[in-house]
Parts: sequence; C-alpha cells; structure tokens
Amino acid sequence: MNNNNVIEAQDLTKMFGDFTAVNAISFEVKKGEIFGFLGANGAGKTTAMKMLIGISKPTAGKAKVAGFDVYKQAEDIKKNIGYMSQKFALYDDLTVKENITFFGGIYGLSRKRIKEKSKLLIKELGLEEVENQLVGSLPLGWKQKLSFSVSLLHDPKIVFLDEPTGGVDPITRRQFWEMIYKAASEGTTVFVTTHYMDEAEYCDRVSIMVNGKIEALDTPKNLKQQFNVANMNDVFLKLARG
Amino acid sequence: MKTILYIIQKEFKQIFRNKGMLPIIFVLPLLQLVILSNAATFEVKNIKFGYIDNDHTSTSRALVEKFNASTYFNVLTDFPSETLASSAMLKGEVDVLLQIPHYFERDLQKEKHNNLGVIINAIDGAAAGVENVYVTQIVQRFNQNIKVELLQVSDQQVQPAVIETIPLFWYNKTLNYKTFMVPGILVLLVTMITLFLSGMNIVREKEIGTLEQINVTPIKKSQFIIGKLFPFWVIGMGLLTVGLILAKVIFNVPMLGSLPLMYLYTSIYILVILGIGLFISNFTDTQQQAMFIAWFFTVIFILMSGLFTPIESMPKWAQTLTEFNPIRYFVEVMRMVMLKGSGFNDILPQLLKTALYAFVMNGLAVWSYKKTT
Repeated sequence: MNNNNVIEAQDLTKMFGDFTAVNAISFEVKKGEIFGFLGANGAGKTTAMKMLIGISKPTAGKAKVAGFDVYKQAEDIKKNIGYMSQKFALYDDLTVKENITFFGGIYGLSRKRIKEKSKLLIKELGLEEVENQLVGSLPLGWKQKLSFSVSLLHDPKIVFLDEPTGGVDPITRRQFWEMIYKAASEGTTVFVTTHYMDEAEYCDRVSIMVNGKIEALDTPKNLKQQFNVANMNDVFLKLARG
Repeated sequence: MKTILYIIQKEFKQIFRNKGMLPIIFVLPLLQLVILSNAATFEVKNIKFGYIDNDHTSTSRALVEKFNASTYFNVLTDFPSETLASSAMLKGEVDVLLQIPHYFERDLQKEKHNNLGVIINAIDGAAAGVENVYVTQIVQRFNQNIKVELLQVSDQQVQPAVIETIPLFWYNKTLNYKTFMVPGILVLLVTMITLFLSGMNIVREKEIGTLEQINVTPIKKSQFIIGKLFPFWVIGMGLLTVGLILAKVIFNVPMLGSLPLMYLYTSIYILVILGIGLFISNFTDTQQQAMFIAWFFTVIFILMSGLFTPIESMPKWAQTLTEFNPIRYFVEVMRMVMLKGSGFNDILPQLLKTALYAFVMNGLAVWSYKKTT
C-alpha cells in the first residue's frame, strides 16, 4: 500500500444473488483528501461504502481501509473510521449530551476525555441551550451536524458520510461543508456521497458511479474539461444518462 | 467492562423514558397476576341445574333440596317435561339435568335401590367429569341417609358395612386453586415480559437504524449483547420480586422453600428467555415480525408447560417435546419450592437442564448476531 493512500480498492464487487450491486470498482483515496463518491440512486454507492466500513462482506476483489483488510480486519477498520449513515442514527430518546457520552463510551474514550469533548463539541455547534434536550426534538439540520461531530468523537483517520446533507436547508449545508473542510484540514480523510452537484465541486476528487461501476474519477476541474461542460451537474447528467 | 456499563446506562435511560412501555412492564403484569389467579380456575362452580320430578314426593323434593343446598349448583327449574328440558339444554340454559322417575320414593323403600337419570352437557369434557362426580356424591350421601332411616324403621341392628375413603391432600391441603395457580402465573409474567422486551429491543434498533451505527463501532459482540440484555435480566428479577410479594400479600400463597434458591433458579431461567428473545431479534427485521414469533413460542410453551394441563396426561411425543420447554421447568421449580419446600438437591435436575438451555440459547444468539453481513 502506498503510504499516502488511506483507502485502496481493487475490483471490489458485491453481488446480491444474481444482481451485481457493485461491479469490480477500483480506486484510491489519499490521506487528508475530500473524496466525493457520486452516483444516481441505486448506483451502488451505499453498498460500496458498507463494504469499506466493514459491515458488509465483499463478494470479490480486494480493499484496504486505514491499512486494514476489509475481509479479515473489519474490527480494526472500525476503530479507525467514523461513519454517518443516510438515516439519522443517533438515539432520539437520549439527550444531546447523553448521545455524545454513549458513543464516546463505546469508542473507549475516558470519562475525562468524553467530558472535554462534549463540552467543546456542544460549544462549537452552538447547542448549549439544548444540550439536555432529547435529540428527537431538534431540527434535522442540527441533528445532522451533531451526528457528524459524533462520528468524529474518537478522532478517526477517515470519516464516511453517506448523503450527510440530504433534506437540510442551504445555510445548514454550507455550515456542514465548513465542518467537513475543518475536519479535512486537521488531517481527517473525508469520504462523502452526495446528490448535490454544487457539493461535488467542493471535493478534491470525485468518482461517479453508474450501474455499479465507476465511470469517471478525477478532480472536478479535470472532469469538466474532459466532458467539455461548465459544471459538475452536466458531467453527471452526461454520464448517468449514458 | 466499561463499554458494557455505557450500554447498560443507555438502556435503562431509554426504558424509563419510554412512557408507553413502563405500564406494560410494571402495571400490566400485576393486573394479570391478580385477575388471572382469580379467574383461571378449574373449580366447577355455579352449575346450572335443572330437574324433572316425575315423583313429586317428599323424598324427591328432599333430593332436589340437597342440590339446592350445595354451593356448586344453582337450582334452576323444575321442568314439566323431558322435551322442554332437552331444548333448555340445547340452548345452554342448563348444564346438568336430573330425572327423578315415577314411584321413586316407593321403589326406594321397597327395593332399597333405585336408578336416577342424569344428563350432563359434556361440550367441556373436563367440567362434565367434575359435574358427574358432584352429582354422584350428592346422590350417594342422600341415599345413605335414607338407608339409615330405613334401617331404623325395620329395627335392624346390623349396620351396613360402608367403606369410606378419606383423602389426604398434601402440600395444598385445602385444594386451594389459587395456591396452585399463582406460582404458575408468576412464571408467565416473568417469561412473557422478558421475552417480549428482549425480542423487540434489538430489532427496534435495527428498524430505527441505530444498530448499523453500533455495528460500525469497534464494540465487541459480547459486550453489546451483555449490555443489552442485562437491564432486562434486572427487570425480570424485579418482576419476580413484586410477584412473590403480591402472592404472599394478596393470595397468601405459602413460601415453604428457600427464597435464595428461587432467585438462583430464576436468575438462570431468565437467561434462557433472554437468549431466545435475542435469537428471535437476530432473525427478524421488524418489531412486528419479532412480536409474532415471540407469540408463537409463548403460546406453545405455555400450553405445554403443565401450567394448565398436567404433562402426565399428554401423549408420549408431546411429553418428550416438553423437555425442550423452559417454562415447564420453571413451573415445576416454582411449585416445588413454594408449595413443597423442595431444596437444592430436589430441583437440581431442572436447574442443570435450565443452565444447559441458557448456555445453548445464548451461544446461538451471540453466534447469529452478525456485525458484518
């Protein structure tokens, strides 16, 4: 493995019965990079991501995440990554503070560290006034930001974000991307899927999946040149429509 | 270890915050105990009794009066004809019909014996059997009285040799049904609540998507499962405690054996149930599915536990099946310890089988829980 690569996938494949959800994809993600993982609904993004985070066994191919093999060292991978799923996955019936404490706890942070972290995090997110409120009562945008911060609690090497800004307002999306940039500037690799093409422009490199295959992979700038269009939206349309 | 504590803490918070769940956990079971223990009885009472008196003598009236005096029979009507009586039975207005023949008194005095016709509605076979015994007892007692009178009339000095059986009931001297049912129903409570709660708990996290979040953390399977199940184990033990207190206070059910032994057995028993619950959770995707499967097993387990019907009267194959029924052992142990005062050595076979069961079920549950699919 190249020392600079934190994710390496080679011919990674996942089949459900006869259906090939992910068809022999190969790519690398460099340390500290913001890697955009695009594709239409059902293109296989989430399935590919689930193999990388160690909760779904690949059918074929090889992949290493944070230097660990996805087949044999899934649990080691889990120590080194953060994950924020498409579906909001903090506990609605716990308060902001309790959620932070719980996830900090199961990642093995010390009580002292959890206290420090949750104080800092609540302050950064401006959630002081609602820290003892049940998470279920918060607006979606706040929940998503909280969810992202919780996935970074244990200072993972890579953070996987599956459509993190789905359904949130433009202002919150903007703040969310500021958080992503901040995490990346601190050395965390960000692997993000999105349907918003303006967000794709913010990524260092972008891959576009169509029907289980990666059809394009480059910087947004090069992709636009390659397809001779003005924005990522058109790149996407050209590819996805075939 | 610390990780487990975090999970336990979270689970307890969630359980006590769920306002819809709390009454289900604590109030319903107690209502069940109070209601079922009073209602689920095999005593046959308030039998609707009718008769056709073709004799109309003091003897026949005295016989009917005996039934009237019994607490088991509600004497309904004197039917003028058999047709009317049978149609009343068809309509369910009467359970037992006594036919007193013509010349009942005369024949009894002359020939010293007589036949009475009894018709019993036997749709519920068990109840019919009991009713038959009641009727026979009342008639026999009545008959003996007459014999004594007759003997005096004819001035005979020889007493008829009557062999009487005097039954001695051990462990539940007064044949109190509540004493018998309460320990059994307590078993139901502890079992149902812990099975349903544990069966639905993990599948609930699957439904709301938090299980996936847990699965991407480095948490160990065993840590997660212990943390998840421990709170329900505590709730199960709590239910046992409350149930035992109620059994004593409301029903005055004796506790002859040792309480610590009861707790020791229950603590292992609950592990079996939690294992089953978790196992169900692992193979279902929604709480609804989990609920149905849990119901399926509970119904079979309960009906084959010996709680309502004795295992000895089941067919051989069914008896063999009950060997795999955890509720059966719990019912046995509960009754043995509470009513008979059985000690550790007496319940050792049940204890060992339950422990083995717990080991196997939890092994299967942990094995079938997959962080990676």
